[in-house]
Amino acid sequence: MSLTDIMNITLMQGFAGLSLFSVLLLMGLGLAIIFGQMGVINMAHGEFMTIGAYTIYMFSSLTETFLPGFASMYFPFAIVAAFCIAFVFGWFIEWALIRHLYKRPLDTLLATWGLSLAMQQTFRSTFGAREVSPTLPDWLLGSWAPAEGLDIPINGLFVLALTALVTGGVLLALYRSRWGLRVRATVANRPMANATGINTSRTDRLTFAIGCGIAGVAGAAFTTIGSTGPTSGSLYIVDAFLVVTFGGAGSLLGTVASAFGIAQTQSIAEFFMTGSMAKVLTLMMIVTILMLRPQGLFASKIRR
Amino acid sequence: MADKKDPIQTPLTDEQRRKVLMGMAAMPAMMMPGMALAQAAQFPTAKVNTTKLAVTDTEVVVGQLHSATGTMAISETGSIQAEQLAIDQINAMGGVLGRKIRVIKEDGASDWPTFAEKSKKLLVQDKVACVFGCWTSASRKAVLPIFEKENGMLYYPTFYEGLEQSKNVIYTGQEATQQILYGLDWAAKEKKAKTFFLVGSDYIWPRTSMKIARKHIESVAKLGKVAGEEYYPLGHTNFNSLINKIKLAKPDCIFAAVVGGSNVAFYKQLKAAGITADKQFLLTISVTEDEVLGIGGENIAGFYSSMKYFQSLDNANNKAFVEAFKKAYGPKSVIGDVTQAGYLGPWIWKATVEKAGSFDVDKIAAASGGIELKTAPEGYVKVHENHHLWSKARIGQAQLDGQFKVVAESPELIEPNPFPKGYQ
Repeated sequence: MSLTDIMNITLMQGFAGLSLFSVLLLMGLGLAIIFGQMGVINMAHGEFMTIGAYTIYMFSSLTETFLPGFASMYFPFAIVAAFCIAFVFGWFIEWALIRHLYKRPLDTLLATWGLSLAMQQTFRSTFGAREVSPTLPDWLLGSWAPAEGLDIPINGLFVLALTALVTGGVLLALYRSRWGLRVRATVANRPMANATGINTSRTDRLTFAIGCGIAGVAGAAFTTIGSTGPTSGSLYIVDAFLVVTFGGAGSLLGTVASAFGIAQTQSIAEFFMTGSMAKVLTLMMIVTILMLRPQGLFASKIRR
Repeated sequence: MADKKDPIQTPLTDEQRRKVLMGMAAMPAMMMPGMALAQAAQFPTAKVNTTKLAVTDTEVVVGQLHSATGTMAISETGSIQAEQLAIDQINAMGGVLGRKIRVIKEDGASDWPTFAEKSKKLLVQDKVACVFGCWTSASRKAVLPIFEKENGMLYYPTFYEGLEQSKNVIYTGQEATQQILYGLDWAAKEKKAKTFFLVGSDYIWPRTSMKIARKHIESVAKLGKVAGEEYYPLGHTNFNSLINKIKLAKPDCIFAAVVGGSNVAFYKQLKAAGITADKQFLLTISVTEDEVLGIGGENIAGFYSSMKYFQSLDNANNKAFVEAFKKAYGPKSVIGDVTQAGYLGPWIWKATVEKAGSFDVDKIAAASGGIELKTAPEGYVKVHENHHLWSKARIGQAQLDGQFKVVAESPELIEPNPFPKGYQ
């Protein structure tokens, strides 16, 4: 083993951690808004991601059939469409289901879990029980090899860039826009926000829909690294809750920090021990820290 | 023209007329269902069914128990379709002992207690003659005590880890040694593999399979050494650290048994990390045509899979099977190893019932050993006394279009050995 080999592996391992960080952050972001800000335990978060994944699949099939020349460019448009479709669906679900349950947060768990089962079966009936594989554009496949023996996954770079974009967008919106102000006011004190003329039920609906839309974007991006099937969303839901809870519900920066911590711990542990043991170690670390700090890494200053 | 008399206008004697009429009356009986009736009369229900199964003079009821919903529907759909196809074909030929097969479908819903409950319902309430079903080992383990207690008959299609044998189960897939040993020997001989990196999902099938693989590599066949052995939780979607470990170990062969959604992530990330078939040899025991649908041909092209059946097999049985399957389920449908094994179940059951001359489970269990099937899509198969199948092992190379090109085949049928000595 030469020195360059070790250098290369170290670099690639560093990127592996970074790439896992971006995956965890992207999957946790939508939930951080819905669960963190609104307190809705959205068990159907994974299924909103699946909506995004199937959107990519539909776009890829449609371009293949009708616009073969467009095959290398459909992906960004499909991601925007994934946001829109998941957003509209989230809007509808908030109106039909969630808004009746704000005063019973624990019941949202049950309701959204039922919703997730119904959505899974809908995917199965619509797209078939088998997994599908959207044809990804060539520029998203393979690796970028700046040096011999050093391969940086292009899909990893793509997810990283997209995560940075979405996180930046959400942070900007939450702290620099009227909507963000209304959300924060509603979270802080709902009756008072109402009294100052904020339409809190409209804010709730928009917030929930945006969270769902971001889940759709995450699901769309994950078609580059994972599977697209009726139950693909369930692969992510546990990790998503882990990231948000560990970071401290209600704090977006906490979500970022927690995604980074979990990703690095897991990625490094996986390299030095077996995969299952690495998972055990990561979870034990999270449990220990949550026992010492039940509010999560970053506690939000909310008057309860 | 005048010579050719219209036969109807030809005057007939009464005798002749009666014969013609009788002949016409007999016509339907000469066709399939009629033959079936004649056959059914040959095997009176009281004689072929002494244990109060749901068998009448015209009908025999069987059960089908798979997950049509839930996580496992991804995998089990193919088996459901293939078993139904075989049953339809058998019915079109006149059924079994002159009786049409009626299927009661139950959904195990990817939930093992549900499998147990539904199997009890099929055996106790519906009194089915046999059940085609289960896919995961977990579901089979859940229903096994019930089949043994209620004395039912299960035809189980999946390749599995072995270490099991029951009077009440016929295993139409491969047990672990039938799938693994030939593949490893081939890798060592043809691909000159000396170091192997074993990767699997973390549950019983990959763990048992890799244990057998390691024994074979290190002590039984002495092929070389194991450069690494790794298991990841089911549903794990991030393999970058593993891939770096593989890069560090530089094995001649990656031997993989990753399943489910993890499988897709594994191959997509391998490709993204620059591990492709032109640089690395990989042999898997968990990817069939069904899985490639989700993985995508471009992500796995060039890698090898060790199975007993590939859709591209070139023989007359298989051509007819593929054609019938596509006609029934659409031109885009694909057939994987387990789907074919599912298709064998009803045919083996039919042959066994006909040999035993009875639907009784005890008699079928006793008659199963030695049953031959010359029409199997995978080629000739035979049921062993241990209720597993003698079958060939084959190596296929994944192609861009999602099909496999068969590159090697064991010369003989491989004897099933669910309790292999020296591999425990």
